[in-house]
Amino acid sequence: MTTAETNIEYEGESLKKRLDKAMFASRRRAFLLVLPLLLFVLVTFVAPVLYFLFQGFYDPTFSRIMPQTSAQLAEWDTVSEPDEAMYAALVADLVDARKAKTIGKVATRVNREKAGTRSVFTSSARKAAKLEAPFKEALIDVKKEWADPAIWEAMKTASNTWTLGYYANALDYRQNADGSYRRQDASRRVDTEVGFGDWSFTVNLGIHQLLFLRTLQISLMVTVFCLLLGYPIAYLLATLPLRTSNLLMILVLLPFWTSILVRTTSWIAMLQSQGVVNDLLVFFGVTNDDGRFSLIYNKLGTLIAMTHILLPFMVLPLFSVMKGIPPSYVRAAKSLGATNWTAFWRVYAPQTIPGIGAGAILVFIVAIGYYITPALVGGQDGQMISNFIDFHMRKSLNWNLAAGLGGVLLVIVMFLYWLYDRIVGIDNMKMG
Amino acid sequence: MSASTPLVRFENVQKSYDGEVLVVKDFNLDVERGEFLTMLGPSGSGKTTCLMMLAGFEPATHGEIYLDNQPINNVPPHKRGIGMVFQNYALFPHMTVAENLAFPLEVRRMSRSDREARVNRALDMVQLGEFGARRPAQLSGGQQQRVAVARALVFDPELVLMDEPLGALDKNLREQMQYEIKHIHENLGVTVVYVTHDQSEALTMSNRIAVFNDGVVQQLAAPDVLYEKPENAFVAQFIGENNKLRGDVTALEDGRCVVSTASGHQVQAIAVNVSQVGQPTTLSLRPERVLIAPQPGSIDNEFEATVLELIYLGDHIRARVALLGREDFIIKVPNSADHVAIRKGDTVIVGWQSDDCRALDA
Repeated sequence: MTTAETNIEYEGESLKKRLDKAMFASRRRAFLLVLPLLLFVLVTFVAPVLYFLFQGFYDPTFSRIMPQTSAQLAEWDTVSEPDEAMYAALVADLVDARKAKTIGKVATRVNREKAGTRSVFTSSARKAAKLEAPFKEALIDVKKEWADPAIWEAMKTASNTWTLGYYANALDYRQNADGSYRRQDASRRVDTEVGFGDWSFTVNLGIHQLLFLRTLQISLMVTVFCLLLGYPIAYLLATLPLRTSNLLMILVLLPFWTSILVRTTSWIAMLQSQGVVNDLLVFFGVTNDDGRFSLIYNKLGTLIAMTHILLPFMVLPLFSVMKGIPPSYVRAAKSLGATNWTAFWRVYAPQTIPGIGAGAILVFIVAIGYYITPALVGGQDGQMISNFIDFHMRKSLNWNLAAGLGGVLLVIVMFLYWLYDRIVGIDNMKMG
Repeated sequence: MSASTPLVRFENVQKSYDGEVLVVKDFNLDVERGEFLTMLGPSGSGKTTCLMMLAGFEPATHGEIYLDNQPINNVPPHKRGIGMVFQNYALFPHMTVAENLAFPLEVRRMSRSDREARVNRALDMVQLGEFGARRPAQLSGGQQQRVAVARALVFDPELVLMDEPLGALDKNLREQMQYEIKHIHENLGVTVVYVTHDQSEALTMSNRIAVFNDGVVQQLAAPDVLYEKPENAFVAQFIGENNKLRGDVTALEDGRCVVSTASGHQVQAIAVNVSQVGQPTTLSLRPERVLIAPQPGSIDNEFEATVLELIYLGDHIRARVALLGREDFIIKVPNSADHVAIRKGDTVIVGWQSDDCRALDA
C-alpha cells in the first residue's frame, strides 16, 4: 500500500466519496432485503390510506355530472337572484343526468348539503326534457323549491371538486356557499357535561365532536386502568424467579393470542344481565333479581372489555423495562436508609417511566382507533369514532365524510404523539 | 459498653437458599471497630452471602448477627444504618451525583443547608467537587466508583460494606482505587467489611482477611500472617504463589517433621497441620524462598533440579524446574546484580530452610 492511499484525497476523490462507494454494496443489500416488505406496505397500507384521506378533500360528483351548472355556479356571487342562464344550464344538465342515469348521485350529493332536496332533483329531472324557455319560470312551476336561493347555495357548495367541507363536517362545521363556515344546526347539537365534579362545565357539541371527545375519554380511561392493573402484574413477573414468572407470563399472553372477537363475545357472556357476573351478584345477595346491573351494552361494557383486551400491551413493555432494573438499586436505596415505600417511589418507579410511557402510548393509540369491541359491547353510549367511520363506510356510503373523520382522528393521534414527545420524550420509550 | 467490644459479631450463622445445601456453615466472626476486614474467597464460597446477611438483604437461616451488641436479625436493612458499596455501584441513574449523595440525608430528614454542606464535603473527599450536577452515566467507571464510596459514607455510618466494588475497573484504576479507599478508611476511622475474590486487593487494603472456602472460614489473620503462615493447603494455594509437594510424614518431633515424597526424597519441614507419623501431607513452599546454588551446608533442604523453562519478568525471573519428581516447581530468582545465571537445561542445586516449608493437610 502506498502512502497516497492513506491520504484524504486520492486521485481527486474525497474520503467521504470513497466511503460512500465502499458502503454502497452493503446499503444496496440492506435495501434489497427490505424491498419486499416495503412494496407490500406501500401497496396495501400507504397507498390506500393516502387515497382514502384524499377522498376527504376531493369530490367531483357534482361538477362531473353537472358541468354547465357548475360553470354557472362558479360565476355566481351567492347573493343575487339566480338568473335565466343558470336555470337554462341546470335544465340542460338535468336532462343529460337523467339520460346517463346519474341524477341519483347528484341528488344524494346535494342532499348532504341541504336535507330534503333529493326528491326535488329526481322529480324535476323526469320532467326536464319537456321544459321550454324561459326555464326559470318553467322549473319553479315543476318544483317551487327552485325559487329558494338555499338550494342554489347548496349546489354551489356541492360543485366544489376540491373542498374542505368534509373535514369541516367531521368537526361539526358546515361550509357556506361563499366558502365561509357555520356551526352545525342547533337541532343537531346536544349539551354535554365535561370534566369531573366541581370542574365540570356544560358545552354544546355536535355529534362528531361528542364522539371524538368520548373516544379520547374512553381511551384515556382504558390507559389509566391498564396502568393501574398492569403495573403490579409486571412488577410481580419481573421479580419472581424465572420458572414461576414464565408460567405467569403465559397467563398474560394466552388472552393476547386469542381472537379479539372471542374475548369480546365472552365478555358478553360474563357481563350481560343474565350473565355470570350478575348471577353471582344475585347469588351472594349484593343485588336482587330485579336489580341486575347494566354492565354491558354501555360505556362501562366498552371500558371493561377494552381494558382486558389491551392489558398485555401495557404489561409487556413494563415487564421488559422492569426486568432490566437490577435489584441492587432498591437494595442500595434501603441500605441508604429508605423505607420500602421510599425506595420504590424515589428509586424504582422513576426508572420504570420508559415502560410506562411505552405501554401508555401503545394502549392509548390502539384504543383510540378501537372498533370491534365498542361495536359489540358498547351499546349506544359506548360507541367510538371508529364505529361512526364504519357507519359512513358501510351504511350511509358517505366515504368522503368517513375520510374526513379518519383524517381528523389521524391528526389528533399525531398531535398527541407530538405532545408526548415534548413532555416525556420519545427516546424515553422502551418497547422491550 | 467498652470500646473493646466488637462492632459486628456473627455467632454460629448458617445460611441455606434451598433448604438442602448450606452455603454458609457455622460462621463465627468478630469485626473490631475501625478495622478493615476483607472476606476473600473464590466465587460461591459464601462470602457475599455473609455480607448480604449483615446488610439485611438475606435472612440468616440459623444463628445471630450482632451490630454494636444488638441482635439485628429482625432489623430491616434501612434501620441498620450500614453504608454499602455495590458491585456495579448502583448509582441511581435518574438522579444527579449530588442528588445521589443527598438521598440518604434526605430520607433522614436532614435540613437542606446541612445536606448541601455534607454532599460538598463528601464530593471533595473523593475529589469530585465539580461533578455534582452530572448524571452517573456521564462519569467514567472510576468516577462512578468514587461517587458510590462517597454515597455510602455521606451519612456517617459506623460500618461500611463493600461488595467487590472494584471488579468492573481495569487494572491500573483498580490499584489506584485500592489506595484511595484505604486512605479514606484510615482518615475516617470507619469500619469496613470488604468482599473480594482478588487476593492482591485483599492484601493491599486489609487489616485482617477472612479466607472463605465452601461456606467455611479457612483462616482469619493479618495479610502477612496469611501469606507467610498459612494454616492449611487451601489458604496456601489461594493466597500468593505456592509450590505444592505431596508426601507422607515419616518423623515428627518438636513441631518439626520429615516428609518423604513419592520420588523417595526426604524433606525437612515445620509441622503445622500434621499430628502423627504416616499421615499424608501437602508441603507448602513459596517460590521466592527457594534458593539456587545455596552455600553448601547452610540450609537443611538441598536437592538437584533441572531447569525446564525461564520467563523473564523484569524484576524477577521465573524458573520452572523438575524437582522431587514434579515438573511444575516454580522458583523466583530476583533480578539482582549478583543473581546466579542459569540457562534452560542446566542442572542446579536448589534448597530452602525448613522454616519456610510448611507441612499442611493433605
